[in-house]
This record gives sequence, C-alpha cells and structure tokens, in this order.
Amino acid sequence: MSQSPLQVSRKKRLSRTASSIEPSGIRRFFDLASTMDDCISLGVGEPDFVTPWNVREACMTSLEQGYTSYTANAGMIELRSAIARYMLDRFQVTYDPDQEVLVTVGASEAIDLAVRATIDPGDEVLIATPSFVSYQPLVTLAGAEPIPVVTDADTKFKITKERLEAAITDRSRAIMLSFPNNPTGAVMNQEELQAVADVAEAYDLLVFSDEIYAELNYDATHTAFSALEKMHDRTVLISGFSKAFAMTGWRLGFVCAPADITQAMLKIHQYSLMCAPTQAQHGALEALQNGQDTVTKMVSSYRARRNYTVHALNEAGLTCHLPGGSFYAFPSVEATGMDDETFAEKLLIEEKVAVVPGSVFGEGGVGHVRCSYATSMDALQTAMGRLDTFVNRHKK
Amino acid sequence: MTKDKEVELIRILEHNGRIESDVLAKMLDESEEDVKKTIQKLEDDHVILSYAAVVDWSKIQSEESIAAMIDVKVTPQRDVGFDEVAARIQRFPEVSALYLMSGTYDLSVVVEGQTMAGVASFVSNKLSTLETVLSTTTHFRMKKYKHDGVVFNQDEKDRRMVVSP
Ligand SMILES: Cc1ncc(COP(=O)(O)O)c(C=O)c1O
Repeated sequence: MSQSPLQVSRKKRLSRTASSIEPSGIRRFFDLASTMDDCISLGVGEPDFVTPWNVREACMTSLEQGYTSYTANAGMIELRSAIARYMLDRFQVTYDPDQEVLVTVGASEAIDLAVRATIDPGDEVLIATPSFVSYQPLVTLAGAEPIPVVTDADTKFKITKERLEAAITDRSRAIMLSFPNNPTGAVMNQEELQAVADVAEAYDLLVFSDEIYAELNYDATHTAFSALEKMHDRTVLISGFSKAFAMTGWRLGFVCAPADITQAMLKIHQYSLMCAPTQAQHGALEALQNGQDTVTKMVSSYRARRNYTVHALNEAGLTCHLPGGSFYAFPSVEATGMDDETFAEKLLIEEKVAVVPGSVFGEGGVGHVRCSYATSMDALQTAMGRLDTFVNRHKK
Repeated sequence: MTKDKEVELIRILEHNGRIESDVLAKMLDESEEDVKKTIQKLEDDHVILSYAAVVDWSKIQSEESIAAMIDVKVTPQRDVGFDEVAARIQRFPEVSALYLMSGTYDLSVVVEGQTMAGVASFVSNKLSTLETVLSTTTHFRMKKYKHDGVVFNQDEKDRRMVVSP
C-alpha cells in the first residue's frame, strides 16, 4: 500500500509552549491509587465535607427561578458586593466591588489571569515553593520564567527575605506566594509577611497572593497581604470558595486587585470564559451571607484532625512541624532513608495508603510527603496505624 | 484544660462516645492523663450522663419497637410548676424522653413499647389518670429519618477522586 501524501507531509500540531510543560506529577499517583480498591487516601486536596446544604439549596432555587443566563462578565454585582463586604469584615481590606473585584472560574483561573494580565515574555516570577502545582506551568505558558524560591523545614516552610532577595534579578516582576500553604500547611504571620512586603516595595514587584486557605487557619487570624502597609496597590489577592466552603466542584473563585489590574484581567476573562457559572454564583452568594457558622464548625473539625495527625506522624517517627493552616501535614520521610517518591509508592503498594510525594510541589518538597487530613477520623486512625507499621519495617 | 478545649472534648464525645482517650489527647493536643481526668470530672458532674449507640432497630425485625409522641396538657401546680408531674411521668420505664414545651400543650412525652396496644394502654391507664393531666394527644411514629443528628439509611459515599492537587 502506498502512503498517502497527506501523511507524508503532516505538520507538527502541538505548540512549543504546550509541549514544553510537563503533566502534573500528581497524575501518576492518581493512576496508581485508582487501581486499588481498599486504599485509604491521604492524597486528596479538597475538603471531605459536602457543600453546606443552604448553599446547595440556594443554587437549586436559582435554577427553579430560571436564573440560567449569563451574568455580568465580572460576576453578579450582588456577589461582588458580598465579596467586598466579606473581605472587609474578615480581613480588613477594602475593595470596590465595581472595579476591583472579579469573579472567576476557581482560584485556578484567577492565578492564570493574574499572570497573563501583568507578565510579559522574558519576565521572571519568583515562586515560593513547595507550592500549588499550577503556578510554575502558568508562568511558563505566559512565556515568562518561573524562578523558585525554596522554603524548607529549616525555615518552617516560610519565605525569608534573604532567599527572596537572592533570587531577584532586573527581570523580576512579581512574587507568587500562598499562605496557608498547600502542601506544607505553613502559615506566615503579619511580621513575616511584612518582610516579603519590604522586598516587594524595594524592588518594585507585584505580589500574587493566593489566599484560598485563609479561613483554614487554626492558631491565628489570617493576615491578608494587601492589608500590609503600602501593599494594597501591589497585591493581586486570589481566593475562592473551594476550600473554606467545601465547594471545589462548583468552580468558583475571585480576585481582588487594584482597578487597572482587575480590569485587564477582566478583558482576558470576558473573551476566554465570558462569566463564571451563574448557578455557582448564586450558591456562593448564600455561602458568604449565611455560611460563616458552618465554616467555623469545619475549621474546628480540621483542627482536631490536624492535631491528631501531626502527633501520630511524629510518634511513627516521621518528623513533622505543626502546620498552622490548610489541611495538610508535611512530614519528612528521612527516617526511612527513602526518597519521597519511593516512600509514597511503597506505602501505597505495601500498606494501601496514598500520600503525595513532596517533590511534585517543587524543589523544597523533596524528602517530604503531603498527607491530607481532610478525611474521617476512622480513616485517619487506620492510615496512621498502617504508616506506623510501614515506618517500623523500613526504619534505617 | 481550658474551657474551650473542654467544650470541644464534649462535642467530640457527643458524636463518638467510643473514641479512645489517647486519640482524644492527640486531637486536643493535651496529655492523655488530662483528658481522662477531665472526662472523669464531666461524668462526676453529670455533664456527660451516658454513652449510647444510635441504633437503627428497623434493621432488626424481631426487635422493632413502637414509639409515640404524646402531647400532654397539665395543670401546673403552685410553687413547683410542671416539675412535680414531670418527675412522676419520667419514672415510667416506657417513657424514653420527656420535655417541657412552649405552645399549645405543656409536656411532650416519648413512649416506646413493643406493641401499639401496649403504648395505648400506657396512655389510657397510666398517663391520663394522673391527677394533673388534663388531656393527651398521641402521635405514633411511622419512620425514623434522622435522630440525634444522625441520618438513617444514609448512603453518602466519598465522591472525591483518590488523589488531587
Ligand atoms: C493553593 C491553591 N490554590 C488554588 C487552588 C485551586 O482552587 P480552585 O478550586 O478555586 O480553582 C488550590 C486547589 O487545590 C490550591 O491548593
């Protein structure tokens, strides 16, 4: 059979940018863990609560009432006003709902928009790592250079001024950070954040502050980055409903930023997404208006599980700092002499407990694993029992 | 242990009375000894009265019982109000719960028995004959959907993917 001329002359069909980014390292673990029936997963990056009933109900009511059309590109003004009020009440930061608030398809979209609206090809974005898996690829997709700023156990996974300054060049344009942090659970207090703010001010950098875990702060109240002196005008504050209100599947987030940046983000958003899902916006409005009690209950339930998990991990011989927020513990696996990938893989195969190797979250995560404690106490106890057995068996 | 922690301890036990003290200690970030001491104190002070399982008896056919909620109107008595009649009613072993209510009646009595006839006879022979009882209205319970915050016949599986970012 002769080859068709079409096949011979076939052109490349994937862009250089798409080819240049790696699929998330989490994928491999997902594939492996999904094949196991009775595996206990500490690998889940979302709340184990179902969305509060009042929020689900508000969404159903909006459907019943026929709210099935688009909303304003930036999101319903009622929701933007509620977001502005919430940010003021909870975190003492002021935003104009009309010009400075944008409702997005998850914090995920907000991160993408923030980068695309402010960063040019060739610019450098300093990213505190380990951190959420999307930051580096999204910076790459914008044609810019992600520059990791490593945090580690020695600094309790907080960024320091020294490390930040060491990474700055004259192409640096922005700092990306997220506290409370995924995967480390680290929290930075006002003073520690101020050190970052000083650097931003000194080198004229923007700050993308992903504060999606702000509510899940167990020992202190959260400091919004834009609440720091002079930082309101430099900060793109990213947040969303996924974690605090257990609404991951709704795909709803928001961003609060100075008007010029918000409006630039809105331009991209209006062409790529049009608007965030209308039903989800109705649910989110209810969450902000009547959800704080439920958040408080969820927070105290996470706190107890955090305490349990951290004690149990340390007892099993995996050193673990006390994470101040989010719902992850981030122990070192050094005691077993394994690297984090091997540890996670062996633990899954031998004991059927899924954790995520820290290195998928960036350099600073090497030698650690992320254990999500957003799972039932029963499951946690069984998992910690198995972990203990595993560590004892493999102790160096 | 701080008051806040004590309340948290009570809340945890209210949902799971079987949780072991070493686990509780870790959850509360307290020593096991302190946890045990606090529980002992709460029991001594009758804050914690008992530890019971929430049972779905409908799954055990031979043991399924009948329950009725009875609205009772009574004449309150001088000085003791409703407490004296309540004290008499609560002693009957058939009575599983008893509350003083606001509204159109005074006491809400939950009665459990083996048969409908048994419950009916309790109402007519024992409850209505009490001196201060003016009237009773009996409602038989048909099915339990939710009890003490626990949903019966719940099938809420964890629908999350096993690993996610
Ligand atoms: C730090 C961080 N930012 C953003 C996201 C994405 O959130 P959303 O569901 O709002 O897109 C996650 C989700 O895991 C996260 O951990």
